[in-house]
Amino acid sequence: MLTYIIKRFLIAIPILIGIVLLIFVMLQIIPGDPISVMMKEKANPAVIANLTERMGLNDPWYIRFGRYIWDALHGDFGISYKMNNREVTGMIMDAFPNTVKLTVAALIVAWSIGIPVGIISAVKRGSLLDSTLMTFSLMGVSMPAFWVALLFQYIFGYTLRLLPISGFSSFAHLIMPAFVLGWSSSGSIARMTRTNLLEAMSNDYIRTARAKGLRESGVIRLHALKNAMMPVVTMMAMQVAWMLSGAVMTETIFGIPGLGRITVDAIKNRDMPLLQGSTIFAATLIILGNLVADIAYSYLDPRIRVN
Amino acid sequence: MTQEKKKPDYSGLKDTDPIISYEQSEEAELAELNSVWDNIVNTFKKSPLALIGTTIILIIVLGAVFAPLICPYDPYVQDLPNALAKPSTEHLLGTDSFGRDLFTRIVYGARISLIIGLIPSMIAIVIGAVMGLMAGFLGKTADFIIMRIADIVLSFPSLLLAMVIMYTLGASLLNLFIALSVINWGVTARTVRAQTLQLREKEFVEAARSVGVKKSTIMFRHILPNCIPSLIVIFTLDIPDAIMSEASLSFLGVGAKPPAASWGLMVSENKDNLTRAPWVAIFPGIAIMLLVLAFNFVGDAMRDALDPTLRQ
Repeated sequence: MLTYIIKRFLIAIPILIGIVLLIFVMLQIIPGDPISVMMKEKANPAVIANLTERMGLNDPWYIRFGRYIWDALHGDFGISYKMNNREVTGMIMDAFPNTVKLTVAALIVAWSIGIPVGIISAVKRGSLLDSTLMTFSLMGVSMPAFWVALLFQYIFGYTLRLLPISGFSSFAHLIMPAFVLGWSSSGSIARMTRTNLLEAMSNDYIRTARAKGLRESGVIRLHALKNAMMPVVTMMAMQVAWMLSGAVMTETIFGIPGLGRITVDAIKNRDMPLLQGSTIFAATLIILGNLVADIAYSYLDPRIRVN
Repeated sequence: MTQEKKKPDYSGLKDTDPIISYEQSEEAELAELNSVWDNIVNTFKKSPLALIGTTIILIIVLGAVFAPLICPYDPYVQDLPNALAKPSTEHLLGTDSFGRDLFTRIVYGARISLIIGLIPSMIAIVIGAVMGLMAGFLGKTADFIIMRIADIVLSFPSLLLAMVIMYTLGASLLNLFIALSVINWGVTARTVRAQTLQLREKEFVEAARSVGVKKSTIMFRHILPNCIPSLIVIFTLDIPDAIMSEASLSFLGVGAKPPAASWGLMVSENKDNLTRAPWVAIFPGIAIMLLVLAFNFVGDAMRDALDPTLRQ
């Protein structure tokens, strides 16, 4: 088990370096130099030259890349070009807790809808209830998040005046974003739970359990569900990572100062250090999520480790 | 790879000599494709959702192709005195904040969504298939490098990566193609690689190898045809994803540019009028949902017909 974990860790390192390099190179080839972004217009040429030299922008890209990696390893992602020259690391750390709050709330919504719906559909397979629930799940996956968000804002915020339209200062502010974000992933969880449960129910040990007189609810709870949930758990671990890396849409529309929001802001403001920092942070979270999912899976299903 | 080093000496024979004949394998390919087709037809016959999906897609495709014949208005000409008109017999779905007929713009918008759904998915499938084949068949260094690149691409939240690419290249339709192709090829590569790894141990590949068939021929004529069912499934499931990504990018302002009739952009342009004229932002969203849902119905049916193992 330990060797497996170490091996997975070692594979993750080159991927991480590759990601940093990819983002770094991509953002280097953008036309327009950072100084002009910072200084707006009519800066003194001497000041520009001075600043360029001080920021090390005259060095070749590989030296700057090395320096960037070195600083990043020390938790320093540079200084934002906009936003009053704040440190990128500080901005990310300020934004992350908001994203975590949103993620937790959305996961509660997604799991408490998705898993029961998937189980009911699988148990009542082929019934009208099953096809209704599955059509709704697919609709959940098929609705654009930004549109659902606007619809919610219009119905619950404007027409019914039940919930605040945007902002992030109270529990009430969390409800709409959590449902918007949780809604679509509940659809995919429901579909996946159903598929895996149906597959598990076709196994011989289920027939044995039934044959020994176990009630149907017991068969599902004790035997089928355990095996069916393994892939679902893996997918859920991935979803956690994805949500943590910033729900761009939800955060933008509801005005939540989270990771996704600062990324969009960084793009709008052409704020490269912030964009670099937030995307690398997001990608790191996903890699960690993958890692946790893999390790959890191999713990639950030892066959994986052997291969 | 020891078999390759000790190639049996068939020097007197050409590739075309019928020890294990190509003609046979071609027939087998054809039979395979026919059974693929039969499977699809059978599943669609049994699944009402797939039929509904196909019908919706057909209607939207026809609308997109014959847009100028269907719509009495021009999607770009502004008519400011008539801005934000309610749905009426004159303007079926009302007008937007520039007085442009919403129904017309939605019908024209189908063009962008369909093109975005089909072309980048196609490019992604081709790149992914070639990469997956090479990784799986050549193994070793090629495998390591290709799959690590795929890992890198798959480690990005796809919308975020697309945003960064669009930011780097600038917002335009062509760059949207590139961004969406780049974010989507990874899954295909993984699937094709996994299948290639299984297939290359099969007898027919070993047979081809033993008579000295070129590597590229084995890859593209013997292994690739066996991956086609999975590729069709991934392709149909990629289409709704691409449509959704385009809508999201355009909504965020890094996709299609005004005055283009893109559904995502239309929602975004009219979101501030939500309180005065909610229909203007709501109808384009319904269009996105219908098209994505339709492709999802079809994709689900395809998967059930061709490749149930892809369920996850």
